[in-house]
Amino acid sequence: MAWNVKPEELLQYDYKVPQKNWMDVPPEFKPGTWCYPAKPEILEYLNKATKGDFPHIREWVPTDVDWKLPEDWRERIKKGFRERLDKYRSFKVFMDVCVRCGACADKCHFYIGGGDPKNMPVLRAELLRSIYRGEFTLAGKILGRLAGARKLEEDVVKEWFLYFYQCTECRRCSLFCPYGIDTAEITMMARELLHLVGCNINWILEPASNSNRTGNHMGIQPHAYYGMMEFMCDDIEEITGVKVNCPVNEKGHEVLFITPSGDIFADPGTYTYMGYLMLFHEIGLDYTWSTYASEGGNFGLFTSDRMMKKLNAKMYAEAKRLGVKYIIGGECGHMWRVLNQYMDTMNGPADFLETPVSPITGTRFESAAGTSMIHITEFTSDLMKHGKLKLDPSRNDDKIVTFHDSCNPARAMGLLDEPRYVIQNVCNNFVEMPEDTIREKTFCCAGGSGLNTDEFMEMRMRGGIGRGNALRHVQQKNGVNTLATICAIDRATLPPLANYWAPGVEVYGVHELVANALVMTGEKPREVDLRQEPLPGME
Amino acid sequence: MNALYSLFAVFALVVIALVGAGAAGMEQLFGLYIPWLAIAVFLVGFVAKVIGWAKSPVPFRIPTTAGQMKSHDWIRHDKYDNPATAGQTFVRMALEVLLFRSLFRNLTAQRFGSAQDGVDVKIRYASAKWLWLFALIFHYSFLVVFIRHWRLFLDPVPSALLALEYADTFLQIGAPALYMSGAALALGVSLLLLRRFVVPQVRYISQPADYFPLFLILGVALSGILMRYWAKTDIMAVKEVTMALFSLNPAVHIEGIGVVFFVHVFLVSCLIAYLPFSKLMHMGGVFLSPTRNLPNDSRARYHRNPWNDPNVKAHSYAAYEDEFREKMIEAGLPVEKTLEEAAKTEAQ
Repeated sequence: MAWNVKPEELLQYDYKVPQKNWMDVPPEFKPGTWCYPAKPEILEYLNKATKGDFPHIREWVPTDVDWKLPEDWRERIKKGFRERLDKYRSFKVFMDVCVRCGACADKCHFYIGGGDPKNMPVLRAELLRSIYRGEFTLAGKILGRLAGARKLEEDVVKEWFLYFYQCTECRRCSLFCPYGIDTAEITMMARELLHLVGCNINWILEPASNSNRTGNHMGIQPHAYYGMMEFMCDDIEEITGVKVNCPVNEKGHEVLFITPSGDIFADPGTYTYMGYLMLFHEIGLDYTWSTYASEGGNFGLFTSDRMMKKLNAKMYAEAKRLGVKYIIGGECGHMWRVLNQYMDTMNGPADFLETPVSPITGTRFESAAGTSMIHITEFTSDLMKHGKLKLDPSRNDDKIVTFHDSCNPARAMGLLDEPRYVIQNVCNNFVEMPEDTIREKTFCCAGGSGLNTDEFMEMRMRGGIGRGNALRHVQQKNGVNTLATICAIDRATLPPLANYWAPGVEVYGVHELVANALVMTGEKPREVDLRQEPLPGME
Repeated sequence: MNALYSLFAVFALVVIALVGAGAAGMEQLFGLYIPWLAIAVFLVGFVAKVIGWAKSPVPFRIPTTAGQMKSHDWIRHDKYDNPATAGQTFVRMALEVLLFRSLFRNLTAQRFGSAQDGVDVKIRYASAKWLWLFALIFHYSFLVVFIRHWRLFLDPVPSALLALEYADTFLQIGAPALYMSGAALALGVSLLLLRRFVVPQVRYISQPADYFPLFLILGVALSGILMRYWAKTDIMAVKEVTMALFSLNPAVHIEGIGVVFFVHVFLVSCLIAYLPFSKLMHMGGVFLSPTRNLPNDSRARYHRNPWNDPNVKAHSYAAYEDEFREKMIEAGLPVEKTLEEAAKTEAQ
């Protein structure tokens, strides 16, 4: 069923709050606001692969009255809650210190675009905190609601499922919180608790299961993956006249390159993928791709710390097997949260790898001395700074470009100026969106953390209003027609978003823009860009 | 309703003190024993809470980065919004704790136009520093008031305290001269309360636990102001009590002090005893927040997770190749084992 609510209809909401106490407002499962539950066969596979992390497998739908929770669901949640309080100081502190000042309230894109008060991060967290108080604090047990506490009922589980799968873990609220309370952390805990009673969504677990088995979340098998790459190489040859090399699963190279598999599978990500192939060929990088570790993204981050670790472990395992010196990671958002904040801790120390050194410029990447993994825009900006690339930015002159900071590189890493430097080297027309919508204050695409599924389209378009409106602003003011991004989920979610809120703006990966401008050795006069559309002046 | 419950609770506390220390004449209880108990509860509760937090490890480094990371030499590093070292993190924390840096960033999202505007609806983000300002007024005036009170526990009074008092009465309004900090405290609390009443979203999320401390602190401030400027209290007699309090001397005989003093002391006792069990623990928690107090250096340095489970392992390459070997060979991809070798291993 296609979703076709017009902006005029979608905008019919306000920020009025209900008369009733929020604890008395039951969750409502309207179409477009929740994602389909995980399929039993997916869960069977994952449960076996993880030796029991995905219990209580059954057919169910959130609109059912009876969710067929396990008999002992209360005990499972209480025990899981206690365990997580003991494992994470963040969780414990965040349960205790919120003063409900409300600074976070209108920072959430879902709240801004929908007005549901339970999408205010403070209230989203209270959904858990109220249970924490009711089950784990003396005051909460005695005073009940007076102490902001409530009992664990089935409706609470339903409410958690609804609202913790209406959070994209983008961390915009965390930036404004005076105590740094991080809703992403709270959402992760809530999702883990929901797994304990068999409530989870397919759009996260099917990719997680695919990543585990086939190496990438699309479920592409190695021969097919290689076939798609060869197909791209043919396209590149047709456009540039250059036959690029395509090393896959080869041992003895210096670098392993890993990028999200979404980019090999669907437009416009494919053009970014071609961009990598062209760049690495042109500079003569001694590198290889891998089909076993063919996923940069990590749907485990949206599942549980154990799943995240399991999927991430492939990167180091493959780097070791292939005997590379370090790893370069492609354009992806949450992948870089995992790589920057979790990878070395979970699967390191990576003492079999070396501190990355660019073979072209000799630059040593000390900031990645531990993980031995660098971001492609760190690498490319360094090439450009040293003048190692021959570039013709006029090939992108038909584009007026703006840049969407992806949540995780922005707020879980701080990779802000590297992509901008790269874009400004390959595009003559670059403008920024309003300052409160970019850099560390950037808005989510509203499809992050595994919510970029079609059945969730209404919430995606609501949540997309922050980015969409800023984009519309520069479209009208500066004639922006190109939205550049360094995230594969963005390349999937932003085209419908732009089409909805700022029709006429196209979405590009940064390395697609690079490849358009890249003057390759031995290339024929280029007439078309990577999308096989005429270059400016060649129409 | 939530506000009313809290207001009644504070009224009840005032009545308890009026009746207990006034009508029933239990000055000793309200002047010494209850404060001692409250301080004991505070100390034990506070330490227990902080130890409770500290007992849970910080498995992952999860700073919220609020600026450009340390990168190439030619890219400007936002040292204090995205610290890479312990020193830079210290500055970030100092800015947070002393100047409320994150609140200073606050914005308000405003929607202009009607639904009919469709994609041309306007959303703007205006600077919203009110909460930051109110919070700053409240916390700093409270701090000055708190420090000023040390004159009651120290003999002789240190000159630094006298200097602070001098500065605090700088405006020379009324006699005795008005302490600006006291007035600012009452103002700050009132503004924070007003905000909770007036902003619908904030009212919606507010609980009794949000109003209660505000009313309680307002009660503390007002009873203090009342004592100094109107219900004149024998300051020497008060100092005798407070010195006894701190020298843990129950022998002192309390008499001739107005009942307002006992109301003030009882409200303060309630506040400090309540603190460890309430959201007021943010005063300790702010130092322990892993999104603020860690440098963004987890790519540079190894950080250990004490409960990292070594049994969580990747689906192995060997298992992967076993499943897809034939197809890989057919596509011309390198493999670890040929089909014959794999067959041989399986046979074994």
